[in-house]
Amino acid sequence: MQQTNKLTPFFENLNFERSDNMMIINFGPQHPSAHGQLRLVLELDGEKVTKAYPDIGYLHRGIEKMAENMTYNEFLPTTDRLDYIASTANNYAYAHSVETLLGLEIPERAQVIRTMLLEVNRIISHLFFLATHALDVGAMSVFLYAFREREHGMDLMEEYCGARLTHSAVRIGGVPLDLPANWTDAMLKWCDTVEYELANTYETLLNENRIWKMRLEDVGVISAENAQSWGCSGVMLRGSGVKYDIRKEEPYELYGDLEFDIPVSDRCDSYGRYRLYMQEIRESIKILRQLTPMYEKSTPQLMAHAPQYISAPKEEIMTQNYALMQHFVLVTQGMRPPVGEVYAPTESPKGELGFYIKSEGEPYAYRLKCRAPSFFHTGLLQEMLVGTYIADVVTIIGSTNIVFGEVDR
Amino acid sequence: MAQHQVNYASSAGLPVVLTSIDKFVNWGRSNSLWPLTYGLACCAIEMMASGAARFDFDRFGTIFRASPRQADVMILAGTLSKKHAEFTRRLYDQMAEPKWVISMGSCANTGGMFNTYATVQGVDRIVPVDIYLPGCAPRPETLQYALMMLQKKIRRESANMKKNTKQNLRLI
Amino acid sequence: MRKYTPKDNVQKKSYYTDRFYISPRVPRSEVENPGHFADVVNALKKLIQESYVELNQLIIHIKSTDNIKVLEILKEKCGYTVCSELSAVDYLARDGEFEIFYQMLNMNKASRVRVLTRIKKDEAIESIVPMFKMANFAEREMYDMFGIVANNHPYLKRILMPEDWVGYPLLKTYPLQGDEAASWYEVDKIFGTEYRDVIGPENRDPAKIDRYDTKRFSRVGHEVSFGEDISDGEQEKDIEYSKTFLVDYTTSQKQLDKRK
Repeated sequence: MQQTNKLTPFFENLNFERSDNMMIINFGPQHPSAHGQLRLVLELDGEKVTKAYPDIGYLHRGIEKMAENMTYNEFLPTTDRLDYIASTANNYAYAHSVETLLGLEIPERAQVIRTMLLEVNRIISHLFFLATHALDVGAMSVFLYAFREREHGMDLMEEYCGARLTHSAVRIGGVPLDLPANWTDAMLKWCDTVEYELANTYETLLNENRIWKMRLEDVGVISAENAQSWGCSGVMLRGSGVKYDIRKEEPYELYGDLEFDIPVSDRCDSYGRYRLYMQEIRESIKILRQLTPMYEKSTPQLMAHAPQYISAPKEEIMTQNYALMQHFVLVTQGMRPPVGEVYAPTESPKGELGFYIKSEGEPYAYRLKCRAPSFFHTGLLQEMLVGTYIADVVTIIGSTNIVFGEVDR
Repeated sequence: MAQHQVNYASSAGLPVVLTSIDKFVNWGRSNSLWPLTYGLACCAIEMMASGAARFDFDRFGTIFRASPRQADVMILAGTLSKKHAEFTRRLYDQMAEPKWVISMGSCANTGGMFNTYATVQGVDRIVPVDIYLPGCAPRPETLQYALMMLQKKIRRESANMKKNTKQNLRLI
Repeated sequence: MRKYTPKDNVQKKSYYTDRFYISPRVPRSEVENPGHFADVVNALKKLIQESYVELNQLIIHIKSTDNIKVLEILKEKCGYTVCSELSAVDYLARDGEFEIFYQMLNMNKASRVRVLTRIKKDEAIESIVPMFKMANFAEREMYDMFGIVANNHPYLKRILMPEDWVGYPLLKTYPLQGDEAASWYEVDKIFGTEYRDVIGPENRDPAKIDRYDTKRFSRVGHEVSFGEDISDGEQEKDIEYSKTFLVDYTTSQKQLDKRK
């Protein structure tokens, strides 16, 4: 007893049988290895892909339109839902853009906390990449092991901001809270565990694993030129031998003062990218260890002092009349940034994440464009998949590490 | 023939359980709910987390299936966009009866924070929903609780499928 | 009197603006000479209408017909090998134009240039896919969201919205919650137009609570208390309002609901 509907009961609107012996298959939008709602229409010659056509937009939620109808502070929690695997990276990219527009100076402790959260998120995201990529390729146990460590990372985030997934842990102008007591100790302990597990579980399971190598080596090759032309960023770019990390080249927050390496691989294939992700976790751990002493040295101010744009601290609002009035105006009307436009790139775990904001001096952004790395990596699929076997399609999608909240926005 | 001797007359010796068909069928149905891996958005990550190491969904007899033909429950985890809506209905139609739907997260329940042109304002416009699960995103514990509630609901249902379908139809 | 909303821009506006408020501007500076940006400006010389530095990024205004030439020079001579983003801004209400921006990146110098150009409403822009393949998706998105056609694009179709979608969502004339066609889109597609009455309109008011809707939510006063035996089904009770569970409006001065 089904309710009648117009949808044809027997599958597709595409022709399966064709005279030239080619077959067209429809991959997604509900496919466990499509990392969300990717729909790929593949033309196959035997088992070889001759044409690939990524069809996206199944998670289009109109986030850019929402930005035009929300004040700057209202919009911040929405950015959580872009790249939902590393929410703080989005919060930060957005806050960073607005702060650049406002010309704010962020207090040091807020910078330390932000950098810590960003790196914790980077590790969480990379572990998630490892888990899902391994699951797609067929290594179920790695998925379970990687999620175990990831859960402990999420506990850290939860202890800081109260949410597991959608953090909103960064505000425009600083961070809302100081770190809880003993948070840094727990974080360092977690870093040790991740480092240990990385060397003794994940890499021993996968690095020299014959199946893993056969599935990943020379699969999904991107040349350096192609990677630049397709607008790749992050590991996708560095996996092709181009050493460009925004943290290093255009430093923001504390990244200019920190010591870390940018791992590069010129293998150009999925295996090289997998090794880079593992290397990046190590670098993030290195950064986190350098940040702890910096945190202890910093002064306890958490939000920038800019009464025109940002509410005063709670005690001042409660005690001083002007601070209360300003807070009221900022909450009811929203802040009015100067007229102008800004594009501030940041290095999110997936690649270059930047927000282009066009401000007309109103409390609502005139236009907000989210430059999402995954969007361009998805575009690359239509070229990368051609000539590969259908079994490699899943590997390639896995190694691009795309997240559909970000692709479709 | 049989070497062992069972005294059927003595207490607890009887290898027979007496129950009603309803209870027996629902016992089977409720303890092996196989959900469809239908991750739509952020909630899908929490759905995966509940299937993974710490939360371990398998102990409820819940094993994620990739094909709608093998699935009993559709966990709609995340924002349903208008472009995707027809596929959701198609997948729901492809699932074999009896089937249940859990709407996970605010976006699936009501459209949530995405009150925009591109999102379906509640999946109950498309498919009949059994359990609404609040939160953005709901924690894995919440999903497990929802599944337990669904099990309870199934245990109360009649094993007669026709009756169930009618109940479902009334919802939409 | 009903508040006037301009038809050409239906996005949310600030409810109050001080009459004498003049918004400040992000500081702009001239291109420093000599410097990397000065070299870029010199290489493009005649093609540039206006150039300045804003927030450490060089901004160049060009004519829309020159976009291929400018980007080619930027790529070949100035080392801007990556186009990290391109999209449009809707200025139809104010100027009758779209503004299109190309965000360029030079990886050796770690410097960024934004190329801005304006086109009229029904004009098209030349596609940059031959130079930057990322434009394949980005221009499709621009077409999908604004209806701006890119000439010579290999596959200019809607990308994020479905093929049969009506309207271009990011135009200022398009409301956030969609138009008539958008609100019935999924119902029409799945069940057909005749089911509109059965399913009913969307509830777009997040604060709406229907007290008498007992169909989809648990009834007020009808929750099953903890530990109650429900193996034989729940006991049907009358729906009780306001007497015991809610505020008793009947005894107060103000009568809020006529039905009470």
